[in-house]
Amino acid sequence: MSERPVSLPGEPKVDLEQARAHGLAPDEYRKIEQIIGRTPTYTELGVFSVMWSEHCSYKSSRRHLRKLPSKSELVVQGPGENAGAIDVGDGWAAVFKIESHNHPSFVEPYQGAATGVGGILRDIFTMGARPVASMNSLKFGSFEHPRTRYLLGGVVGGIGGYGNCVGVPTVAGEVMFDAAYNANILVNAFCLGLVRKGEMMSAKARGPGNPVLYVGSATGRDGIHGASMASAEFDKQSEAKRPAVQVGDPFTEKLLIEACLEAGKTGAIVAIQDMGAAGLTSSSSEMPSHGGLGIELDLDKVPLREAGLTPYEILLSESQERMLIVAERGREAELQAVFEKWDLHAVVIGQLTDDQRWRIRWRGQVVADIPIGALADDAPLYDRPAAAPKIQPPARPSAAGKHPETAKALRALLDSPNIASKKWVYRQYDSIVQSNTVLGPGSDAAVLRIKNSRRAIALKVDSNPRACALDPYLGAVGTVCEAARNVACAGARPVGITNCLNYGNPERPEVMWQFIRGVEGLRDASLAFGAPVVSGNVSFYNETEGHSIPPTPTIAVLGVMADVAKHVTQFFKDPGDAIVLVRTARPSIAASEYAAIFGIDGGRLGAIDLAREAALIEGLVEGAEQGLIRSAHDVAEGGLAVALAEACFNPRSILGAEVELGRAGNADAFFFGEGASTVILSIAPGDAARVESLFAGRGLEFAVIGRVIADPRLRIAAADNLGLDEDVAELRQVYEDAIPRRLRGGD
Amino acid sequence: MKWGVVRFPGSLDDGDSLYAIAEVMGQDARMLWHKDESLGGVECVLLPGGFSYGDYLRTGAIARFSPIMKSVAKFAADGGLVIGICNGFQILCEAHLLPGALTRNRSLSFICERVWLRVENASTPFTRAAKQGDLLRLPIKHGEGLYVAPEDEIRQMEERGQVILRYVDANGRENDDANPNGSMRAIAGVANQRFNVFGLMPHPEHAVEAMLGGVDGLKIFQSIAGSAR
Repeated sequence: MSERPVSLPGEPKVDLEQARAHGLAPDEYRKIEQIIGRTPTYTELGVFSVMWSEHCSYKSSRRHLRKLPSKSELVVQGPGENAGAIDVGDGWAAVFKIESHNHPSFVEPYQGAATGVGGILRDIFTMGARPVASMNSLKFGSFEHPRTRYLLGGVVGGIGGYGNCVGVPTVAGEVMFDAAYNANILVNAFCLGLVRKGEMMSAKARGPGNPVLYVGSATGRDGIHGASMASAEFDKQSEAKRPAVQVGDPFTEKLLIEACLEAGKTGAIVAIQDMGAAGLTSSSSEMPSHGGLGIELDLDKVPLREAGLTPYEILLSESQERMLIVAERGREAELQAVFEKWDLHAVVIGQLTDDQRWRIRWRGQVVADIPIGALADDAPLYDRPAAAPKIQPPARPSAAGKHPETAKALRALLDSPNIASKKWVYRQYDSIVQSNTVLGPGSDAAVLRIKNSRRAIALKVDSNPRACALDPYLGAVGTVCEAARNVACAGARPVGITNCLNYGNPERPEVMWQFIRGVEGLRDASLAFGAPVVSGNVSFYNETEGHSIPPTPTIAVLGVMADVAKHVTQFFKDPGDAIVLVRTARPSIAASEYAAIFGIDGGRLGAIDLAREAALIEGLVEGAEQGLIRSAHDVAEGGLAVALAEACFNPRSILGAEVELGRAGNADAFFFGEGASTVILSIAPGDAARVESLFAGRGLEFAVIGRVIADPRLRIAAADNLGLDEDVAELRQVYEDAIPRRLRGGD
Repeated sequence: MKWGVVRFPGSLDDGDSLYAIAEVMGQDARMLWHKDESLGGVECVLLPGGFSYGDYLRTGAIARFSPIMKSVAKFAADGGLVIGICNGFQILCEAHLLPGALTRNRSLSFICERVWLRVENASTPFTRAAKQGDLLRLPIKHGEGLYVAPEDEIRQMEERGQVILRYVDANGRENDDANPNGSMRAIAGVANQRFNVFGLMPHPEHAVEAMLGGVDGLKIFQSIAGSAR
């Protein structure tokens, strides 16, 4: 039975030093020797090094992620598969997930971002779901940093270049520029697919003797050690890691989508998984292991792009657009016919066994023979030390500061790339293919109708690293609140969450502390909204030469609405409508764009009352369902003044607003403060009492602050000459030209 | 009318086109597979948007050699109605069923947005439901939509009325800012000399429902439906 794996001629000697070069700690190497009872072959060492990498094994995060709520009556699939799924009604399940591609995108922005899109798409359609919407969350360094333009152009080009070729609309996203990301950009890609509830596919293999099919592109040398790259910090030599970045082929991906979905309909697929990080190794070990089985593969059958690949290279390649399928025995030909129709490889390369071994043959010899659980499930698990940093931010703003003239401050904020229109970015994405996009990019949340149904889904991706830097717990809570609120502004009830947790080096106690606090914040907010976390991804080691990114949990929220016709947009609709402000707390300039632009220390974050946050969301959803809300806009970066201006920028016809704010108190916070969960609504004047009962009745602050006017001016009357009276068209010009102007190189 | 929508392996707007024609318009429409030669007796062939065979070489350059395109060429030569949208337009130019060529946008980047088009010739089977000078609001989404042809040829095409759609501003006037991709003479759609083959970069199939942003695309499909022989 057990044939001892052979070392191949010319292979490097395996020892502690070699293990270290592969990113394995000495204890980890000793554990490998213990598990297999001998010195691993070079191939086996490579395989362990990727499977036990942070990226694949979640060894530092796993015990904390268990705290996240993952159940509700709508959950069809929680964590444990390629993506999570939520029942969105009328027999449909929405399968969704967000994932990082940070490290490759920094090294090679176009291909890094493109393959990030490709990878997340595969996680969705392996579940049998047709991908219907993509989103992304991007963090770049300061706009003035010399690499930022190159990275921005490359990443946006890569997302478009891939996403536009596969026929999945990119419907929403966020882009932020901050010097904290100068040396570590973030590229988080989200995808959502729809599948009939009973037709989901699984990555859990069953049936010893069932054949294993390799489908899709041939294997080349690209992307070897991609997973390991994503599990280490960057240094000055990071540019040299380019060969570890995979190269995408969106046309093949499109074929793979169609072929896999069509093959799924045959019923001959037992299990299917993407060859993503750690390629053939991860898919061939995880699928059988999750089904309590083993596998035997013959690498000579693997389609190769070039001759001469070693077993080590074949097993570790991260060539894109490849899938591994376990078929029902005897029905291989049915599946192969489907792949042939789409001109794709579909080759039987092995079969399942019942001995729980991961056994690999090459040229007639066994080159790896490992207990399968050791690779897929029994990677070391760490409870890394965590400690709050010694220095805490000051309790109050450093100085009251000299308040810039309100109108000037508003223009400066509208001109900030973090607030300004991202049209330059999203114009490069196909946002309408598949004919479901009711609200696309440029809205608080995207809204997609479900064909042959009145129902619709709403999507939003959010993050708030500045708040998380001040307080990683409150920042995470606030991020979930904001994403959920945006979905509710569109009229949808938040029902599910996916997250991408981007942090620094977890071996540093303060990073581990940030991470744990972030997870706890996510847990508490998820519970408050009854929106479980069904999928996610952790990206550690976003760090260069000891400088970590700020903690950046990226949160995507899925919302559902019963009637797409009741969706709400952020723009004021008709002159004469009343403008209403609803909020849960007092705004502050802590972690605000205003504080960042004017160099003010904004102090600490205010507390968040999750019961009030949930009440606000309930009020918004009910108001939309009852048709009482004509527009709803979340007050986000730039505060109330910016939100009012944005609500006037109706693309159909620009409108104005007249607002009376009375005594502003702390004027900075009043006009430009953030973090208070504030929403601006416009409603028919006659509905004020009913809308008031929706919110004031739930204990929230509710105030009619003004009205929509036909004259395209934004007039804010406030005491102490702090008001403003600005031309909306001019404001919009500032807002729309901020990013193009910087890219033109003008000032 | 019986419609056929050709499905190349990398077609992306094939489903949307079929949906617009069959579900929204209630017409008889079916998919045609690129490896087949039969057109199944349809009266109008639609070549949809997408990236037919990946288009890594040149948009539409490989599609023209596909089995179905042999039949489409013959169908067009026999006077059958053919409409190519976006990648379909690129394929028709590559196959020499339409004059000119489509090259990379002036901005060198992909553009997805709604634009204004002016109907330059309303007496074709593709535009007869519109009036000359009508403005249509349709989305574009392409990286290679810059229309080029020799100056002489364009002049002749204009004289013969082969320029069907032009990019204009919201007031119906040509101006450089309203030309999204830098097309020569702001050309967005052209027909052949017989007026039975029409190609356009904008996507009428993405403007057939008010909820999704507009219905101006129906004008094109209604024109074709009204042109049944």
